[in-house]
Amino acid sequence: MIFEVLSAGLLTTVQDLGRWGYQGKGMPVAGAMDPQALKIGNILVGNDPGEAAFEITLMGPTLAVLEGEGLIAVTGAEINFTINDVEAPLWQSVKVQAGDTIALSAPKGHGCRAYLCVSGSLDVPIVMGSKSTYLRAGVGGFNGRALKAGDRISTGPLKPLTWLSVGLACPERLRPKRELELPLRVVLGPQDDAFTEKGLKTFLESEYTITNEADRMGYRLEGPVIEHKAGADIISDAIPLGAVQVPGHGKPICMLADRQTTGGYTKIAVLSTPDIAVLAQRIPGQTVRFKAISLEESIAATKAEREQIEELLRLRASYRSRRVVPVGSPKPRGSERWALRVDGRTYDVIVEELD
Amino acid sequence: MAEYLEPKVLYAGDSAVTIEFGDSIDIKVNARVQQLRQFIDRGQFNGVVELVPTYRSLTVYFDPVRVGDVAPFFERLKKLAADTKGEVPKGGLIIVIPVCYGGEFGPDMQNVIDHTGLSEEEIIKRHTAVDYYCYMLGFTPGFSYLGGMDESLATPRLKEPRKVIPAGSVGIAGKQTGIYPIDSPGGWQLIGRTPLKLFDPEGQPPFLIDAGMWVRFRSIDRKEYDEIASQVAARTYKPEILTKSGDAK
Repeated sequence: MIFEVLSAGLLTTVQDLGRWGYQGKGMPVAGAMDPQALKIGNILVGNDPGEAAFEITLMGPTLAVLEGEGLIAVTGAEINFTINDVEAPLWQSVKVQAGDTIALSAPKGHGCRAYLCVSGSLDVPIVMGSKSTYLRAGVGGFNGRALKAGDRISTGPLKPLTWLSVGLACPERLRPKRELELPLRVVLGPQDDAFTEKGLKTFLESEYTITNEADRMGYRLEGPVIEHKAGADIISDAIPLGAVQVPGHGKPICMLADRQTTGGYTKIAVLSTPDIAVLAQRIPGQTVRFKAISLEESIAATKAEREQIEELLRLRASYRSRRVVPVGSPKPRGSERWALRVDGRTYDVIVEELD
Repeated sequence: MAEYLEPKVLYAGDSAVTIEFGDSIDIKVNARVQQLRQFIDRGQFNGVVELVPTYRSLTVYFDPVRVGDVAPFFERLKKLAADTKGEVPKGGLIIVIPVCYGGEFGPDMQNVIDHTGLSEEEIIKRHTAVDYYCYMLGFTPGFSYLGGMDESLATPRLKEPRKVIPAGSVGIAGKQTGIYPIDSPGGWQLIGRTPLKLFDPEGQPPFLIDAGMWVRFRSIDRKEYDEIASQVAARTYKPEILTKSGDAK
C-alpha cells in the first residue's frame, strides 16, 4: 500500500521496538512508548510483533490509501477510528484498499498513544538496526521527523498468510491493562540508598500529578518533595528505561523511550517493564501512585506480559487455520499456496507443478 | 575512598543491573569498567542486550525472560567484576581529531584568552599537548566525556548558553573539554571545530570514539579543514588511529 498523509495529527512518528545496542555511545533507544500495544497490533495484521508502525499521540492523522490493499489495526489508546467516515473497531484487523480514507481523530476514552499497524510494516530505512524515529537528532523513521501533510509512505512486502488474519481481534483478556487507578509498580534502586527513610515513604505513599512537561523523553511529576540524605547529584551513570529520577528539587521524573542514556541525578527506583506503558498512556493532569515490588515480582510481571504475546500468536495461528484455503496473490502460474495447520502450527505451503 | 573493596550490584529495574566499582572519577576505576565490558562482550552471557560503560560503573541491560534466574546471573557478574584489575591497559587506542582553532570556528577563544591570561598560541599548544581519556559517552549521541585537560585552560561556561552549537565544535566548560557531535544547544566556550563527524547514522561504524579510547587533538589550518571536510563528505576520509606506544595501527 501507499499512504498519503492528509493531516498529520499532533505527533505521529514511525516507531518499532527501539534502537538498542548504541546506548553505550550515547544514542537514546527511542521506540514505541507502549510496546505491548504495538506488538498486538502487528500480530493482528499478520506481521512479526516488533515491526514498525505509526505511533499516534492524542490527536491522530488522516491518511488516504493511494495504492494497493492490506490490513490495518489500531491498538493502544481509545481513539476515534473511522474508515470512509464509518466507525471501525479498535484491537482488530480490518482490510483497506486504494481510495479509502483512514481517520484517527480525538481520543474517546483513556490513553495518550495509539498504534496504527499495517500489514507489511512501513517501508522506511533501517538506521542502526531500527526504524524508530529519534526526533532530537533527526534519526530514523520517516526522514528523521514526525509526519506532516503531503508525506507519502509505503508498506513493505506482506508476510505469508497475512490475508488469513483479516478480522482477527485481540480478546479483551489479552489487551494490556491501562486503567487510571492502577498504581505504578517499581523496583527500588539503583540509588534508593541516597534517600532518607522519610523520603522513601513520601515517594511510595504520595500521589503525584503529571505536569505539562510530559513527552517521549520523560514525564515530570508534581507532588510532595522526596527527601535526599545528602544531595541529589551523583557521578553520571546509565539511565535505564523507566527510571524514576529525583533531582535536587525532590520531584520525580520518569525517564521514557527518548531519554538520555546517562545522567547525574539519583534514581530512586525503576518502573516495572509492563507499567512503563501504563504511565505512557496517561496525560498531563492525571495522577500516579508508586508501589514497590521485589525484583522477582517485576520479572514475573514482565514474563506474564510476554506470555500474552505468545498466546495471541497461538490464537492467530488457530484463527488462520479455521479453514484451509488458497492464500496469497499474485501467484506464479501453475502454483497454489495453502495454509495448512498441523499439530497447532500453521504452515505456508506452496504447491508448484514441475516440468 | 575512591574504589570499593568489592564491586556493588545495584538493582536497576527488571531489565538492567549496574555494577559499580567506586565513587570517584578515576582512570583506574574506569579501567575496571572497561575490563568487565570486554569480558561480557566475549559473549559468555545469554540474554545480555547491551552494555553501557560510565565513569565508575557498567550497566548491563538484559532480557529477563532469556536470562531466566537472575540471582546466579548477578552472582556471575559480581564475581567477574571482582576479578577485574584497576590497571590502565598498555597499548590503548588514540584517535587523532584535527581541529581548526580560533577564528570563525572558535568564537569564544577571546573569552578563554581573557580568563586564562594565555595567548591563543599557548592555548592551542596546551590543548593539543596531552592525550585525553574517554571515560564514557552520553548526553547526546556520540558525546565523549574526556578527562585530562591542562587545568590552566579551565574557563567557566558562557553565562548565556547558545541555542545552537554546530556539530564538530570543540569547547571548554570548567575543567572539561569536549566535542559536540550533533547540532545542539549549550554553554561551552567554543575554541575550534573539527571537520570529522563524530556521529554519522549512515557511517560504518556510526561513532568515531568509544569509551576507553584516548583522544588527541591536532591543530590544522583552514585549508586542511576544508580538504578533510570534503573527504569526510565523500566518505573517503580515514581517521588517524594510533596505539598508545605511538605506532600506527
